[in-house]
Amino acid sequence: MSAPIIDIRELDVFFGHGRWMNHAVRSVSLGVEPGQSFGLVGESGSGKTTVLRAVAGLLGGVARLDGELTVAGEAQTGQKRSREFRRRVQMVFQDPYGSLHPRHTVDTILAEPARVHRLDRLEERVVRALNEVGLDASFRFRYPHQLSGGQRQRVSIARALITGPEIVLLDEPTSALDVSVQAEVLNLLMRLRRERGLTYVLVSHNLAVVAHMCEALAVMQHGRIVETLEARQLREQSPAMPYTRQLLTASLGYDRGAIDAFEDFS
Amino acid sequence: MSAASLRAWLLAEAPASRWQARSQRVYLGWLAFRRNPIAMLGLVIIAGLVLIALLAPWITGTDGLQPNLANRLHPPGAAHWFGTDDLGRDIYDRIIWGSRITLYIVGLVAIIVVPIGLVIGIIAGYVGGIVDTVLMRVTDIFLAFPRLILAMAFVAVLGPGLGNAVLAIALTTWSPFARIARAEALTIRHSEFILAAQVQGVGTAGILARHVTPLCLSSVIVRLTLDMAGIILTAAGLGFLGLGAQPPTPEWGAMISLGRQYLIDQWWVPTVPGIAILVVSLGFNLLGDGLRDVFDPKSGS
Amino acid sequence: MVEDLKVHFDTPTGLVRAVDGVSFELGREKLGIVGESGSGKSQTGRAILRLTAPGGRVSARRLEFDGSDLLRADEKRMRQVRGGSISMIMQDPKYSLNPVMSVGAQIEEAFRVHHAADRRQARERTLDMLRAVRIREPERVYRAYPHEVSGGMGQRIMIAMMMIPEPDIIIADEPTSALDVTVQLQVLAVLDDMLRERGMGLIFISHDLNLVASFCDRILVMYDGRVVEEVAAAALHEARHPYTRGLLDCLPKLEGGQAELPVLVRDPAWRGAS
Repeated sequence: MSAPIIDIRELDVFFGHGRWMNHAVRSVSLGVEPGQSFGLVGESGSGKTTVLRAVAGLLGGVARLDGELTVAGEAQTGQKRSREFRRRVQMVFQDPYGSLHPRHTVDTILAEPARVHRLDRLEERVVRALNEVGLDASFRFRYPHQLSGGQRQRVSIARALITGPEIVLLDEPTSALDVSVQAEVLNLLMRLRRERGLTYVLVSHNLAVVAHMCEALAVMQHGRIVETLEARQLREQSPAMPYTRQLLTASLGYDRGAIDAFEDFS
Repeated sequence: MSAASLRAWLLAEAPASRWQARSQRVYLGWLAFRRNPIAMLGLVIIAGLVLIALLAPWITGTDGLQPNLANRLHPPGAAHWFGTDDLGRDIYDRIIWGSRITLYIVGLVAIIVVPIGLVIGIIAGYVGGIVDTVLMRVTDIFLAFPRLILAMAFVAVLGPGLGNAVLAIALTTWSPFARIARAEALTIRHSEFILAAQVQGVGTAGILARHVTPLCLSSVIVRLTLDMAGIILTAAGLGFLGLGAQPPTPEWGAMISLGRQYLIDQWWVPTVPGIAILVVSLGFNLLGDGLRDVFDPKSGS
Repeated sequence: MVEDLKVHFDTPTGLVRAVDGVSFELGREKLGIVGESGSGKSQTGRAILRLTAPGGRVSARRLEFDGSDLLRADEKRMRQVRGGSISMIMQDPKYSLNPVMSVGAQIEEAFRVHHAADRRQARERTLDMLRAVRIREPERVYRAYPHEVSGGMGQRIMIAMMMIPEPDIIIADEPTSALDVTVQLQVLAVLDDMLRERGMGLIFISHDLNLVASFCDRILVMYDGRVVEEVAAAALHEARHPYTRGLLDCLPKLEGGQAELPVLVRDPAWRGAS
């Protein structure tokens, strides 16, 4: 068993201070194996997105962090990240309407990371990235408002891949998409991971998506990890913790008997 | 390229180059602007102003500067369309030449004020913290003074003259732009596309320049056009007080000032420049309203 | 009773047929309308209450409630109908509740628009209603403001507000999409109880096919402004239309084990005349 490519130990994240302090993430520890697809599941307010952003180094100036974080063998202290990190670790965001700059063309959006990292053959890379996510050259100079939600999310994915990363962090990448579009995007993500040997950390509130995409997952509630399990356990509906079981039951649909038996876990 | 094929190029669904994409956006904006008749009126007025200023040597009889005491205070008529002033100079000619000065003032102030306001505003809004506090307190200081009073103070220090008047006006005008830019930057700061840029490794300067500024620019430009009227009036005010353009420069405000005493019997001397100022201010205002509707159709009525 | 409902919008880019000939009947049952974005499901709901945005043209061969014609009714009659006979619950309580009025005041207002009652009676009914939607401290919530309550509670407040004038039909447009999965189901349970107690009809508009299938009695599947399938909820898995089958197949299953999700291929023939 190789060393985890993402190793989080006792991570705490605090927003604000004094009376209004929000202890968003409480002593979270988890490890992601290289090449693995790891899911982070929870309801709103569970802290799952915060954990992802802490790994990505996006919380500088807004939060206080404690704990250890090691990514690809390098210990990360604080929220500043090296240029090399930014090349190797990328992120896809939830909102296809908000994660692309409204005044930049697709070409500008894709060229930017390539320029920042001083990659060569810019033109070639942009066109190749577009093709890999299933968009043809006619999309290159459009603006985001001229694209559908699914197309925008593909551009987001292309942007994440253009620097040739090893790790991709995905924050609810399909939650804002129609079901049929979601299927296409999930298939795309699976194919890309297979072809490039990527490591994924996928945050979602949708257990079915996680069961489909991931090999292992952690369930979070109120900032803590309730349970870490393999996706197999999810598929066989045999998780250990009652909270996870309740989430599972709820995912299956409306069942009056089950609902009446719901406990309040807060 | 014929008109029809140009139009097709501008409306094509899949632009083939950055240039085409940008042209398309401008064209669509223009179409939206054109739908607003009042805004078009504003555009016509300002375009007229620019045209008059450019054509001044060809549409005036004199340079408006030489006194001709035999011709004093003639009412508007065939020989002098707007009459003559107390030194016998043709008022029509002076108005036309004065349009150049108006444009000069407005243009120079804009060039100074927009970059300063933008830079201060977006840095304050994006970086936040102590930097924001310091920059905003400085802005507040400038914002607190009535524009004309502050301009007068600056001119008193710098000495009268058109160039100093422009500088003084610029110093008193930049603060609202900083506020506007800051407000926009604050709104955008936590957007996901900014986060995405951070994840890409784009540095703060890059984010400010390529991501934040384009989004702040439209609000600032709208505010600028709406403020133009105020700038012209402040210049006129300074001119009126003798602190701006010095005689015999045909600056419209100075013309009102010198013509003040003739208001009752020779009304055309101060009134005509006053109307000119009114029309141009109105033009900028209407243009600004129209631009605002194009950039942000949800605001306004 | 809806027959051949059409909602058309004139836009700068041409005519948009948001709803293009939809027909159905509703009894005292839970009817689900399922579709993706752009299918016209929300517009259908709004058209019934004549709440279509200005610029939209609503037409139908018949649009009736309980025998009375809704299509040609005047605005005064529609105001009586809205809330009194047919009520609408919308997606996000954040946007549907007035942020400057207390919860209690809003619910009372909804009540007194349709029933003559004095302040004390209205307050009693409001508190009863809050209890009926399983809000544990009705007095405290009565005095609270919308931003002070959680999403799930906000949605329950919306239900209370829409139920208090005792309508016969509720139209719910994605009423739980903004909520967590467990809260979603609890809110629906509350709704279910109230519907059953009062013998009401429900039109449940959603994009979530599984949820609708497990909650409703009957399902209409909409695509591009038309109904492509009408099926009893229990029989959903025997659905015949390729779009419905496609939607069902492309959902990731909890049981997993699929290498790739089957992708929905849109057959232009589904669009009908455009």
